[in-house]
Amino acid sequence: MSIDSTDRRIIAATQAGLPLVPQPYAAVAQELGLGESELCNRLRAMHDSGIIRRVAVAPNHYALGMLANGMSVWDIDDARVADLGAQVGALDYVSHCYERPRALPDWPYNLFAMIHGSNRDEVEAKRQEVAALLGGACRGSDILYSTRILKKTGLRLRSKEGH
Amino acid sequence: MTPTAPLDATDRLILNHLQEGFPIAPDPFEIVAQELGLEEADLLARLERMKAERIITRFGPFFDAEAMGGAFCLCAMAVPKADFETVLTKVNARPEVAHNYERSHHLNMWFVLATESAPEIEAVAKSLEQETGLRVLCFPKLREFFIRFRVAA
Repeated sequence: MSIDSTDRRIIAATQAGLPLVPQPYAAVAQELGLGESELCNRLRAMHDSGIIRRVAVAPNHYALGMLANGMSVWDIDDARVADLGAQVGALDYVSHCYERPRALPDWPYNLFAMIHGSNRDEVEAKRQEVAALLGGACRGSDILYSTRILKKTGLRLRSKEGH
Repeated sequence: MTPTAPLDATDRLILNHLQEGFPIAPDPFEIVAQELGLEEADLLARLERMKAERIITRFGPFFDAEAMGGAFCLCAMAVPKADFETVLTKVNARPEVAHNYERSHHLNMWFVLATESAPEIEAVAKSLEQETGLRVLCFPKLREFFIRFRVAA
């Protein structure tokens, strides 16, 4: 699916969030000079094609007391990574779970999962739970803690026309 | 950080439910309120409060920038301690570097490259290798497993 200039205006108007009013889509549509049904149809089309991953709430881990996190990494049998990745990704305390390529010999790990906890000990305990879940399909693992934020800029979406 | 009001069971129910998805329909809060057995006004008031207290960082559509034509890649470098600040300055100077974290590992610098197209990722990584004399390992996303985070009920 290719997006047009109207889609781009919708993206620009909603990427900071939807208004908390009973008819949020009607409010956004009015702001953009569109009909509510056109806006909803376009959002559904973008959702169906994967441009919108989901419409949802993102909670703040820190505000919820999840003060510690670690990037756990696992070397999983290629034949089982899809199945096991889905299981790890479904765990309550895992927020980001991806299959990525190994970079041998430096980096044998192909599954990445961010583990959250109220402190470092809790993260380590949960890492053991993940290890138990993975069992013999896991040939090795590590966990990387962030020690400093070196740069943080938002991933800004382009609002320009074209493409 | 300011202390936040404790979440009650209804707040947790709402957070868990709305991480799974929100309807694209004329009266979405009414639909969600019915699903959860709440009044629409109560649901909206709770969301308003959790947003004001920054328990909710974002509420709305999450766009996949790759599907929109952008490219992203997680990259890592093993930077010798003595050169860390010099290399950091060179890496962070690139506008394509979106996030950058120091991590507890031999590979101690982890950053995300964000470019307009996939070939540019490789070009930026190569160019950083030439500028720093260090390898840049690229870990593009091959598969994404469902992302959400549940609040203990």
